[in-house]
Amino acid sequence: MTTESPARQDREVQRLERVTVRFAGDSGDGMQLTGTQFTKTTAIFGNDLATLPDFPAEIRAPTGSLPGVSGFQISFSSSDIRTPGDQPDALVAMNPAALKTNIGDLRPGGLVIVDEEEFSRSNLKKAGYEQSPLEDGTLSAFQVVPINITRQNELALEEVDLPSKQKFQSRNFYALGLVLWLYGRSIEPTVKWAEARFGRNPAVLDANLRALKAGYNFGDTTELFQVRYEVPPATVEPGLYRHISGNEATALGFLAASIKADLPLFYASYPITPASDVLHELSRHRNFGVKTFQAEDEIAAMGAAIGAAYGGSLALTGTSGPGLALKSEALNLAIMTELPLVVIDVQRAGPSTGMPTKTEQSDLLQAMFGRNGDSAIAIVAPATPADCFHMAIEAYRIALKYMVPVIYLSDGYLGNGSEPWKIPDMGDIPEIASHFADPSTTDFQPYKRDPETLARPWAIPGTPGLEHRIGGLEKSSETGDISYEPENHHKMTLYRNNRVANIQHDIPPLEVQGPESGDLLVLGWGGTYGAIVSAAENARAQGKSVASAQVRYLNPFPANLGEVLSRYDKVLIPELNMGQLSMLVRAKYLVDAVPFNKIAGQPFKIAEIEAKIDEVLGLRGPYELDFGPTSNLGGA
Amino acid sequence: MTAPATNGKTGDGEELPVLTKKDFTSDQEVRWCPGCGDYAILAQMQKMLPDLKIPRENIAFISGIGCSSRFPYYVETYGFHSIHGRAPTIATGLKLTRPELTVFVVTGDGDGLSIGGNHLLHAMRRNLDITIILFNNRIYGLTKGQFSPTSELGKVTKSSPYGTTEMPLNPTRIAIAAGATFVARAVDRDTKHLEQVLYEAAQHKGTSFVEVYQNCNIFNDGAFAAFTDKDVRDDRMLYLEDGQPLRFGKERQHGIKLNGFLPEVEWDAPEDAELLVHDAATPHTNLANILAHMDYPDFPVPVGIFRRVEAPRYEEMLEEQVQDARERAAPEFEPLLHGSETWRVND
Repeated sequence: MTTESPARQDREVQRLERVTVRFAGDSGDGMQLTGTQFTKTTAIFGNDLATLPDFPAEIRAPTGSLPGVSGFQISFSSSDIRTPGDQPDALVAMNPAALKTNIGDLRPGGLVIVDEEEFSRSNLKKAGYEQSPLEDGTLSAFQVVPINITRQNELALEEVDLPSKQKFQSRNFYALGLVLWLYGRSIEPTVKWAEARFGRNPAVLDANLRALKAGYNFGDTTELFQVRYEVPPATVEPGLYRHISGNEATALGFLAASIKADLPLFYASYPITPASDVLHELSRHRNFGVKTFQAEDEIAAMGAAIGAAYGGSLALTGTSGPGLALKSEALNLAIMTELPLVVIDVQRAGPSTGMPTKTEQSDLLQAMFGRNGDSAIAIVAPATPADCFHMAIEAYRIALKYMVPVIYLSDGYLGNGSEPWKIPDMGDIPEIASHFADPSTTDFQPYKRDPETLARPWAIPGTPGLEHRIGGLEKSSETGDISYEPENHHKMTLYRNNRVANIQHDIPPLEVQGPESGDLLVLGWGGTYGAIVSAAENARAQGKSVASAQVRYLNPFPANLGEVLSRYDKVLIPELNMGQLSMLVRAKYLVDAVPFNKIAGQPFKIAEIEAKIDEVLGLRGPYELDFGPTSNLGGA
Repeated sequence: MTAPATNGKTGDGEELPVLTKKDFTSDQEVRWCPGCGDYAILAQMQKMLPDLKIPRENIAFISGIGCSSRFPYYVETYGFHSIHGRAPTIATGLKLTRPELTVFVVTGDGDGLSIGGNHLLHAMRRNLDITIILFNNRIYGLTKGQFSPTSELGKVTKSSPYGTTEMPLNPTRIAIAAGATFVARAVDRDTKHLEQVLYEAAQHKGTSFVEVYQNCNIFNDGAFAAFTDKDVRDDRMLYLEDGQPLRFGKERQHGIKLNGFLPEVEWDAPEDAELLVHDAATPHTNLANILAHMDYPDFPVPVGIFRRVEAPRYEEMLEEQVQDARERAAPEFEPLLHGSETWRVND
């Protein structure tokens, strides 16, 4: 069977700069796998890309129902891109519910591939369709290609000895094969992957490969597609690349920090969406001396991390928003006892349980202030999935040098999103120094600070001569004995605060992309980086004086932030929250920053920020977010 | 820079100076109320610690919040006075990462069974090699006299002027149920017995749980006096001895026998043969539970070691996983960093 036959001569090949495809189906249809395989193939092909998985909260919502729809979006390009795309150009919908929940996002004129077989009366009813959208003209704005995927898949697998239910599960590979053909990608990486994955189960391997090839060949032979698309490889910096998700990069970054600090990593966590992947990943690496502890609750995970930090390990705990709320009391103990540790918060939509599988940036103020007393903490926030690796190392560099807990604010979009990553050379990453107490000290004083960093010495149990007592009660400066002295408490509070403020001199200055000064600075933090940079670039391409900058150090802020803000007439701060960075920036720098807030569980689209830029520049009237007629209902 | 390693001396006593109670007494002024039962527990602990023949620096005391939790300040070892109820979690993190240390958790009936109940359960079921001492005074002392989860039904306190309407917990029963592999009970006033129980608890490999009946002379004075007073103690308490029949009384003349599933007092029992024989090492928890149910005034109150069994320990199994994983795959970071698929972009 030929699998790589060239496109038929009579087929038009249309060259595109950038394409965004969304795969959508029932959560049992394997759409995440389909999307991931397409992504890997595209990465190896050499396109730049960004992805956005979007899955329901329910593990198995009723088959065919709207809440059961799972989606995976990938945007790929022959030039540098930073977001998974505003509007898909193509939608693969495996059933009516997938069509209904996703069609609203598709660009007008976009391509819709549906599994026609699944548009039965009962499935239409489950999706809330009175009549088939394939027949009633409601899809007239799109190019609809109905294919009997289920039936075609069945025919391709006729000779395979598997129950029909299992054969049905191969239809995502049929769809994958078809889309790989459509965009001129090879099936070879998926064949290799399937051979490794299903090698021990020949029937399943056979079924998947047959489905994949049948889908690919169907595209090649059918007359249904008038055009085949080509997105040439992007020109990127030379080097060795891989594809990586934010949560993977987070886990690898903390492991790298453990190697660079020469301290064993201890990760205590309670399972919580969307942070559990970090626990899964780190729990595989016992051979690196990584000890993972699945605690009885969030508080215990925080407490165990404190115990590990006290014992001289690289202590880490991870959670999402509600878990951070539970950890806050114990986190304050880490602040009071001045022990180095890192808390990962992969933020999700709140408040309370909120929308666990949806992204948001609404824990910044919780991270900053969500504890009793004046309790300053260091906060860092990666800007892209790959940046998670670097900021993890930064988190420990700060924690160990200043003897301070650090909150690492990722989010669901960063954690589950992915991008190609130029693999760093470990030799280029500096070692991380620790601030251990000198075991030869006589008359050891546990709170005697380093005059420069204000860090107290890290004196760990097992060291003879350094026996001492710490705790949550206020300590006397230097001796660490309990103290209720008024002046001492004033002084110690200032020490704890200044120790964090001091970090400002030890972090890189804020980098601006675009003009050094001008009409507008778009300031962001965390995962909004891609959309903000792209929007600002587009604005500049239209001759507008717009710069952008992404704050990766939230506490303390980079030393030059105030000065950067002062160089622009206006400052716009887009955030996936009610304006938390805006509040901090306005309070600290007395700048009349304009907040732009989206609280939808979805990342910003570039066009949304572009529209807001125009509004702030006075080039259009007030801009309101438009959520469209049928925005995604997944995870309702 | 690597964390300075401990000297690894944990028991054989060689090269070690002989330590005394004074070596384990810190320079901090003890601030419990005069007459508090905590003094006796502290003194027995400081007396017992030299017998362990462990260097001071390899011992850590972790406490929560409450009167009992001030304990670490007064012991010249490493100490951590943490937050309410969370001491077992900190001890867990410390023991998992530094298994060579000897870790004590000091808690109370409020700290351990109310706010920190969850952590206490899970520490015990995991069978970490730590020793948990729960000071049970059946009252909240530090907050000045509210009822606790071990206060008896109907207890009149500041926060229950009409009397409580909730049943108390029995700490020893909780420990048995949670799977602690060493469960014991002692009384603050019986110092010699207390010291012995603390020693046995510290020697046990696995989670040791010791409930100490501790008198709060300010807010709950005499809570245990009905059976711990010197002149009634012999008749109202039962000292558990492994392999011995359950006997009590000045002349050890009374005994406990089984009637069906239930214990029964046999007054003036002449023959040992009829009596229940204590066996702390029996794998089943039935006997320990029968003993834990026995309470004054229906029964003499048992003290001593209820249960002492061997079981795999959490930190040991975790350490084994690390060693096994290292033998199977060298910790090479580069392949991990590269992942399953890479591609090269050339100039």
